[in-house]
Amino acid sequence: MADFETIKINTLFEIPALNRDVMKDSSPFVAAPAHQEALGFPGELVDDWQARAIEKFGELLEKSRALRVYMDGCVKCGACTDKCHYFLGTGDPKNMPVARQDLLRKIYRRYFTFAGKYFPKLVGAEDLTKEVLDDWYSYFHQCSQCRRCSVYCPYGIDTAEISMAAREIMDHIGKGQKYCNEILGKVHKIGNNLGLPEPALIDTLEGLEEDIEEETGVVVKLPVNVKGADILLVTPSADFFAEPHVDGLIGYAKVFHQAGVSWTLSSYASEAANFAMFIGSYEQMQEVAERIRKAAQDLGVKRIIFGECGHAWRVAYSFMNTLVGPFDFLDPDYPVPQHICEFTWDLIQKGELNLDKSANDHMTLTFHDSCNVARGSRMGDTPGGQFEIPRAIIRAVCNNFVDMAADTIREGTFCCGGGGGLLTDDLLEIRTKGASPRMEALKEVVEEHGVTHMAAICAICKSQFSKVMPKYGFGMDRIVSLHQLVSNAIILDGQTGTEAETDETEDVATA
Amino acid sequence: MLSTIFAVLFYLATAVFVVGLAYRIRLYARTPAPLKIPTTPAPITRQGVVARLFREVAFFESLYKANKWTWLFGWVFHAAMLLVVLRHLRYFTEPVWFWVNWVQPFGKYAGFAMLAGLLALWGRRFLVERVRYISGPSDHLMLVLLIGIAVSGLLMKYVAHTDIVALKAFVLGLMYFNWQPLPSDPLLLLHLSLVLVLMFVFPYSKLLHAPGVFFSPSRNQVDNPREKRHLAPWAAALDANRQKAGSE
Repeated sequence: MADFETIKINTLFEIPALNRDVMKDSSPFVAAPAHQEALGFPGELVDDWQARAIEKFGELLEKSRALRVYMDGCVKCGACTDKCHYFLGTGDPKNMPVARQDLLRKIYRRYFTFAGKYFPKLVGAEDLTKEVLDDWYSYFHQCSQCRRCSVYCPYGIDTAEISMAAREIMDHIGKGQKYCNEILGKVHKIGNNLGLPEPALIDTLEGLEEDIEEETGVVVKLPVNVKGADILLVTPSADFFAEPHVDGLIGYAKVFHQAGVSWTLSSYASEAANFAMFIGSYEQMQEVAERIRKAAQDLGVKRIIFGECGHAWRVAYSFMNTLVGPFDFLDPDYPVPQHICEFTWDLIQKGELNLDKSANDHMTLTFHDSCNVARGSRMGDTPGGQFEIPRAIIRAVCNNFVDMAADTIREGTFCCGGGGGLLTDDLLEIRTKGASPRMEALKEVVEEHGVTHMAAICAICKSQFSKVMPKYGFGMDRIVSLHQLVSNAIILDGQTGTEAETDETEDVATA
Repeated sequence: MLSTIFAVLFYLATAVFVVGLAYRIRLYARTPAPLKIPTTPAPITRQGVVARLFREVAFFESLYKANKWTWLFGWVFHAAMLLVVLRHLRYFTEPVWFWVNWVQPFGKYAGFAMLAGLLALWGRRFLVERVRYISGPSDHLMLVLLIGIAVSGLLMKYVAHTDIVALKAFVLGLMYFNWQPLPSDPLLLLHLSLVLVLMFVFPYSKLLHAPGVFFSPSRNQVDNPREKRHLAPWAAALDANRQKAGSE
C-alpha cells in the first residue's frame, strides 16, 4: 500500500496530529503569458496586483450570492474539518475546508467588513500580502471542488464556490494555472482539450470501427459531423484515445447502434469537458458551452447526449441551459441534455438491449460515484437518480456487484483526487495523497468481497485512477468505464463469436 | 441616571440590530445567484426546498450527518436558547400570552441545557486539535459572551433574585416610551449589558449564520435546471449580447 498514513476520524476527542504547512509548496505550474492572454487575462502578475485582486473580489461578491453568504456565514463549528480527502491524505490543516475558505475569508474580513477593518486581530482579518497570495495559489489548487464539505456544512457552505472565486481572482491579476488555462486555449482554438484536429479524430474513430467489426463481425459506425442526425454525442476527448475511456466510447456506439438511432459526434464540439468551471469563469464557461450549442444547430440534431464525464455533466445538466440556452430548437420530448446512462437505462428498461451478463463474470465490480455527478447534478426524474441509474445499469450487465462503505459512496463519495483541474503531473503528490480515502474504501471491498474492478463514469476519475492505483498496489487496469461493461455484455444483432473470448481473463486483484 | 443610560443603550442596540440585520438580509436577497448550485440530491420542487430548509433549521440535518457530538451540543444549545428566549417574552407582554406561560417550566430548566451545550462547544475549541486550529479570538469571545449571559441569568433565577416586577415595568416602559426605573443589582446589569453587546455585534459577526442559512444557494435552490432556465440579471446582459452575436 501507499507509504503514508491517512487520517480518519469522526469522534469526540480524537486528536490527530496536524501536519502544519506540509503541503505549502505543492503548487501547480503557473500559466505562461501566452496561455493567459489567449483567455483575456494579464500575462503575468501585474504590478498593482493587491488593488486589482481586491477590486475583482468586490466584483465577485456583488455577482455571487453564494460567495457573499459563504464569506459571512461560517461559525467555525468544525463539521467539515475531517471531510476533505486532501486533508485526510495529508494532515495539512489548510486542507480542512474551513481553513481553506479562511485563506480567502481573512481577506474578505479585512477589506469588506466593519469588524475586520477596525478589529482585524480579533476576527482573524489579514492584509493581502505575497505570502497570502502564495498560500492561495498552493491551497486553492489542492481543492478538487468536489463539494463533499458542502454536504456536511450546516449552512451548505461550498468550498468549490470559494476556490473557484479565488482562482478567478488569481487569473485576473495574472497568476493563472498552466494546466487549465492552456487547455482552455486549445478548446477555443481546436475544439477539444487534447488539441486533436478533425482529421486525427476521424482517423481514430475509423480505427475503432475496425476494432469493433473485428471483435463482433458487425459494422458499427462512429459518425462525425453528420448533418441531420438525431443525436449529437458530446463526450470527453479522452474517450477517443485513453484507456479505459475508449472502451466506454465503444460501448456508447454499440448502444446507439443497437437502438437503431442516428447519431453523430462533432469535430467542432469534440469535447464535453469544460475546464472553465474549474477556474470559476462564467464567461469562459459560456464560450466553451457555446460550441456545443453551435454544433447542435449546425448539424440540425434533435437531441444532445453527454458521455461519461463528471464535471462535464455538472456543467451540462446544471449550467448549460443557463449559459447558452434556451434549447428550444431541440426535440421537447427529451431532456436537454441527456446523460448516456439515462439513454442506456431507458433502453434496458424497455428490453431493447440483448445482454449477456456472464460476459462480465470474470469481474466483481464496485462503483465509484464521481463527485460532480453525485453532488452537482442528477439523472432521471427523481433526486438520487445519479446514484441509482448507473448502479441499475451495472446490475443489468454484471452478475457481481458490491458497493463500497456507505459513507464513501453516493452523496458522501470521495473524490478520485484528480478533479477540479488537478489532473496534471506537477500535482502528482497531492493527487496521490488525495486518492487515499477512496483507495482505503476500495481495499476494504477487495479484501472482504473479492472485488476485482471499479467502474466510473468520469474521464478524470478514470485517468486519475489509472495513474495512482498502482501506487496503492492495484493494477492500473482495475478501473473500467461503465459503458465498457455494457459493451462486454451487449449482443449486437448478427454478432459472431462470444464476448468471453475477446476479454483476456484477468487475475483477481490481491493488493 | 443608570436607568436612562440603559434605556438609551437599548434603543441604540435595537436600532443597530434591526437596521444592521435588515441591511444584511437585503444584501443577500439582492445579490444574484448566477448558476444553479444546489448540493444534490436536492428537492425538485419549491415545497421540497421548504422542507429541506426546515429540516436544516429545526434539526440541523447536515450537521447530524457530519459529526454526532457537534450536532448534539449545537442542537441542545440552540433549542434550549429558543425556549429561554420564548420564556423571556413574559417581560414584553402584559397580559402574558397563554403559550408563553406554557413555556415557563421548560424554559426554566432549558437555561441549564443551554449552558451545558455552550460549555461543551467551548470545550471542543480546546480539546479537538482541528477545531482549536480554526478557532480565533472572536470564536472564543462569542462563546464567552453567551456563557456570561446564561450564567448571569441562571444566577438570578436560582441564587440572587432580582426584582422582576420592576424589571418588567422597565421593559414595558421602554416599549411604550414611559420610562421606569431599572433595578440596579449587579447581576441584572451584567446580564443586560452582555445582551446589549450581543445585539450590537449580531449584524457584524458570524451570528449572520442565522439569516445566511436561508440564502445559501446550495440549500435553497430547486433542482430543475433542465426544465426551467435560470438567469441572473447580470448574466442576462451577457446573454443578450450572445444572442445578438449568434443571429449575425
